[in-house]
Amino acid sequence: MGTTLTPVLSDRWDAEQSWKLSTYEQGGGYRGLRRALGMQAADVVTMVKDSGLRGRGGAGFPTGMKWGFLPAPDGGPRYLVVNADESEPGTCKDIPLMLASPQDLIEGVIITSYAIGCHHAFVYVRGEVVHVYRRLLAAVAEARAAGYVGTDILGSGFDLEITVHAGAGAYICGEETALLDSLEGLRGQPRLKPPFPAVAGLYARPTVVNNVESIASVPGILRGGADWFKQMGTERSTGHGLFSLSGHVTRPGQYEAPLGITLRELLDMAGGVREGHELKFWTPGGSSTPIFTAEHLDVPLDYESVGAAGSMLGTRALQIFDETTSVVRAVTRWTEFYKHESCGKCTPCREGTFWLAQVLQRIERGQGTPQDIDLLLDLCDNILGRAFCALGDGATSPITSAVKYFREEFEAGCHTPADVLFPPERSALFDYRPRSGAALAGVHA
Amino acid sequence: MTVEPVVGRTNGQTHRTAYDEATRARLAADADAIVARYPQERSALLPMLHLVQAEDGYVSPRGIAFCADHLGLTTAEVSAVATFYTQYKRHPNGEYTVGVCTNTLCAVMGGDAIWEHVCDHLGIGHDETTQDGKITLERVECNAACDYAPVVMVNWEFFDNQTPESVADVVDRLRSGEPVAPTRGADSVATFREVSRVLAGFDDGRADEGVGAGEPTIRGTVLARENDWRAPAFPGEEGGGSSRTAARGGGSTHEPKTGGEQSSAERPATTAGDASSAAQEKQQASRDAKEQ
Repeated sequence: MGTTLTPVLSDRWDAEQSWKLSTYEQGGGYRGLRRALGMQAADVVTMVKDSGLRGRGGAGFPTGMKWGFLPAPDGGPRYLVVNADESEPGTCKDIPLMLASPQDLIEGVIITSYAIGCHHAFVYVRGEVVHVYRRLLAAVAEARAAGYVGTDILGSGFDLEITVHAGAGAYICGEETALLDSLEGLRGQPRLKPPFPAVAGLYARPTVVNNVESIASVPGILRGGADWFKQMGTERSTGHGLFSLSGHVTRPGQYEAPLGITLRELLDMAGGVREGHELKFWTPGGSSTPIFTAEHLDVPLDYESVGAAGSMLGTRALQIFDETTSVVRAVTRWTEFYKHESCGKCTPCREGTFWLAQVLQRIERGQGTPQDIDLLLDLCDNILGRAFCALGDGATSPITSAVKYFREEFEAGCHTPADVLFPPERSALFDYRPRSGAALAGVHA
Repeated sequence: MTVEPVVGRTNGQTHRTAYDEATRARLAADADAIVARYPQERSALLPMLHLVQAEDGYVSPRGIAFCADHLGLTTAEVSAVATFYTQYKRHPNGEYTVGVCTNTLCAVMGGDAIWEHVCDHLGIGHDETTQDGKITLERVECNAACDYAPVVMVNWEFFDNQTPESVADVVDRLRSGEPVAPTRGADSVATFREVSRVLAGFDDGRADEGVGAGEPTIRGTVLARENDWRAPAFPGEEGGGSSRTAARGGGSTHEPKTGGEQSSAERPATTAGDASSAAQEKQQASRDAKEQ
């Protein structure tokens, strides 16, 4: 076997009361912060740059470089905002991380704040995970009691407040500028860029917005050094990452591995596709990343290789679907999601996702027309690159990629309903008898 | 608690709310505590709307007026925010929100079957509440627990690996007033109002209840331990060392195609189309226009 797992963030998730500060400190927690506070802030930024850490929230932008874009201090406030609004369909890594070990994130927040000169940091967690919110509030309280948060942290003279903020249900708030608007008490709609958040972010002040896993990876880099981090992963995609396997796989779950591991290797560890079935299609990084098929089993899961193969590494949300699954049904449901979550600010996304859903729903019902596939692709072409933010682009990814690999299934939608071609009870994990004639197509209509 | 009729807004009369003085004073103290968490007071609006739901069981007209009054906003501004987010309810919510995930992965794994069954079982549909006021039923989008599919959320606590029968049992027990424990979460599901108060940022002291992780969450952790797979040792630290320092993934010779400055777009910020000279000129023209 080639690549093996490298638990760093997930190393203590099975410990008794894994979420407590004492558990975290027993595992070496807060050594990274002590090292950071003994360094110049600029050197902390340099170390993270040198590590090659890239954003774990989907885009893969180099984290240290993002920090380096903040303008020189002008005496006014600068902010760190952690994007903990994990909502991308299939993505399920940050939420279990914060439930099992929130201190990884809190230590990362403190180190990052020190590095960029921030004295008030925010964690924006989606509101639909109340126990995660409880754990985060408690983690900040424990860190404060231990002297890691507040004034004169560990005698360094550095002050920091952390506010954990609960959202209220909106996928779009995972987009960084929509998140900032939401945090300012507004509807969560994306802002025009530029100016970028580094220049004018929260309250129009210089702001760094980073994903949970990115920030949680920072303490390890401080503890081990840039070269330690670079021992894992590939040259351009360094370090460890959480790979989340879900769907028709024998042992779904979180597998922390070096970037560049393949799905074939991960499936071996997870017991393979569920017994008696075979892989049909999968997402490398959530529903917004173009789907892959069995021919991509050996694509190294790093930013460059996945991109070269026609998709995106995204959030490493590996949703596995076997041969019982209707790709039309899967794509229609994702499209209904984008339609539901479109914020309505820009026309291509607001109108386009509604049109896409209508066309796909009739294909799913077996009532498509021969022109519908071309219509879908034309609609996608009019959304991709023309929407205000990445939500619109993401909505087109599953459609264009599914048509590319499974065009015949869409063509079959001109005469046969998807649930006739692929009876849904064969895909489910339990036996049941579907309601006769009551296709769920259009449940979100 | 006495519920007084909500007074409509007339000219010259702004944001009168129908909370009695004691309630109003209590809410104002809570609101002040929320405002104190932020550099600018408007940031308090989302938690304050959760606070209103903790008081009234939904975002009531008087709650909207209260938020507007406290933050110096118009009721229209507050309503605009309240109607944007799915967790804010526009009519009285049941004691428990039961949300069945019917996004693609959960739907395929059995979420659609669960949804059909629980609708039949309760005799209600999406965004409807049982006659006894106990259960509000919803389809929900992905809740970040896909390795536990099919997933159901009850008042935003995780009920993992569900079946139609298990969900029917949960709703029956909720309706009969029994305490019901989520798979991963507090020891029992709190009420909608109690959970809303937590989401407003008021700790209910239950963080140490429940598990740290379920089985799927720790599968990689356990597998690594069984096989003695480790991350490289931290230099200069005792223990945790591993001879396996060559844990590198597959190599790649492709140059990275990183996004533009600080892009968080979930696609390469520079696509072939963007890089064309026509696109570059268009982009520059657009930037020039914004500079003016």
